[in-house]
Amino acid sequence: MSEQNINNGRRRMLTLATSAVGAVGVGFAVTPFILSMTPSARAKAAGAPVEVDFSKLEEGVLLTVEWQGKPVWIVKRSDVMMEKLTTITDLLSDPNSEVESQQPAYAQNPPRSQEIHPNISVMVGICTHLGCSPLEKFAVGPASDMGNDWPGGFFCPCHGSKFDMAGRVYKNVPAPTNLPVPPYRFLSETQVIVGENPEEAKG
Amino acid sequence: MEKIVSWIDDRFPLTKVWEEHMAKYYAPKNFNFWYFFGSLAILMLVMQIVTGLFLTMHYKPDAALAFASVEYIMRDVPWGWLIRYLHAIGASMFFVVVYLHMFRALIYGSYRGPRELVWIFGMVIFIALMAESFMGYLLPWGNMSFWGAQVIISLFGAIPYVGDGLVEWLRGDYVISDATLNRFFAFHVAAVPLVLVILVFLHIVALHKVGSNNPDGIEIKKNKDENGIPLDGIPFHPYYTVKDIVGVIVFLMVFSAIIFFAPEMGGWFLEADNFTPSDPLTTPPHIVPLWYFTPYYSILRAVTWEWLPGGAKLWGVIAMGASLVVLFFLPWLDKSPVRSIRYRGGIFKAALAIFIAAFFLLGWLGTQPAEGINTLLAQISMFIYFGFFLLMPIYTRLDKTKPVPERLT
Repeated sequence: MSEQNINNGRRRMLTLATSAVGAVGVGFAVTPFILSMTPSARAKAAGAPVEVDFSKLEEGVLLTVEWQGKPVWIVKRSDVMMEKLTTITDLLSDPNSEVESQQPAYAQNPPRSQEIHPNISVMVGICTHLGCSPLEKFAVGPASDMGNDWPGGFFCPCHGSKFDMAGRVYKNVPAPTNLPVPPYRFLSETQVIVGENPEEAKG
Repeated sequence: MEKIVSWIDDRFPLTKVWEEHMAKYYAPKNFNFWYFFGSLAILMLVMQIVTGLFLTMHYKPDAALAFASVEYIMRDVPWGWLIRYLHAIGASMFFVVVYLHMFRALIYGSYRGPRELVWIFGMVIFIALMAESFMGYLLPWGNMSFWGAQVIISLFGAIPYVGDGLVEWLRGDYVISDATLNRFFAFHVAAVPLVLVILVFLHIVALHKVGSNNPDGIEIKKNKDENGIPLDGIPFHPYYTVKDIVGVIVFLMVFSAIIFFAPEMGGWFLEADNFTPSDPLTTPPHIVPLWYFTPYYSILRAVTWEWLPGGAKLWGVIAMGASLVVLFFLPWLDKSPVRSIRYRGGIFKAALAIFIAAFFLLGWLGTQPAEGINTLLAQISMFIYFGFFLLMPIYTRLDKTKPVPERLT
């Protein structure tokens, strides 16, 4: 083939077109590998609801159960604790639980609990900052190491976030939102199932 | 022998490579103490690969078995304790060596043109090494492994829109679990080491193209004899191979002393909370990353200003990322007419001293609870850290430098 018959423009176009098709092919080829790293069918199926009997739970004691591999807290709050929830509103960043992703609609109230058992609190014990599990600091005042005005709540040791007895986050701490409330349903006066909504909230 | 070599040379550039990179690779004659750490870093890379290989023969990357298999290595496998200590403490020693190697580049201006790519390959190695060490730290499946991984993976959740999906993809589950452990094992033993070896190769190829810098920061290639050999250069082999062996021996003495007498190093090299099996329900009361991550961890925590758009969490992650990214630009930030600290003026020396102090302070603060005065100190140190780099174009121009000699001193 002689030199003058070479059409460089056409060669460049063909090279570009081939590369583009090749890139699409690479895209298709890597997709299965990338998707293989997403949660497997077994991991997806593992989130079964957990039944908890809290008949022996005393007021002001933390019960931790495992649901979907995460710690879920169940606390029966005393009347004193419940009263305190309303007095510290100014210290909180979202006192009325307006961030909807953090609780089901039936827990969007100051104590963040269901009407039939307002004293019972159910929360996922994972800090909304970077995922540590906060510590129980239910003691009030100086006994808590949290300052003389501490009304009782939770404290995250990793980066110092503070939450009240309803899992509502304080202002000026690293955690951006309240602790999540999982779906939960009371089976009886002393039994709760974590991971399912109440009958009336279904549908 | 000669026949064999010439047979090979006809088929493979054996003599050529040997001469180019060893016997006729001319390095400046004035290397000092700081020039031990490059070869020591290679030693540590080999150490980690060899000890790691032998650990995989007994380790089980399974959430139900991992912790017990590490204890099995420590108690039941003949010499298993030694191999495991060499590997776990070797990781810390690797970082000691790498940090000193980087400090050398900083004081003698080894990152300056034409060695920008040597520096950039080195920085990519540094980041790959951090990833390698982070993933390796999950494998013993202790409680600090678990919650450390939880915190660091959650960092990615701060990225807007894609964060939550990305975190799920990294973990392969909704929580840190067996899936996470298994893939970290795969990355830790296969993918990242391979990348590291290739990067080290590229780092050395780039270095040998431009030649080594030296404590005077003078190009030895400017003064050559009639054969084109640098007047101030000596062949790497045997001069520096022998010198490096001395360094290796002294280093191994220190390394052995730690392995045999203080393997935990008071909690700095092996953390007490990691002798407890992982517990997804209980965070250790005090989460501390290993010492070589603490300066960056401090920067992450130092950003507490909620009024920033997107929130403090996002900006903390950005600041931590930026503290590593800024290092890549070092060759272009330094505008000084001289390379080495020997010919720099007081401004650079003062800036470097303050920077080192701030870096150590950040490192120490990263091991302390983020409360009270600590947060303020971390914030000040963070501004010094960034100021050292971002103000460098200004203060290196203002600095009064000394005249640089023609030849090595």
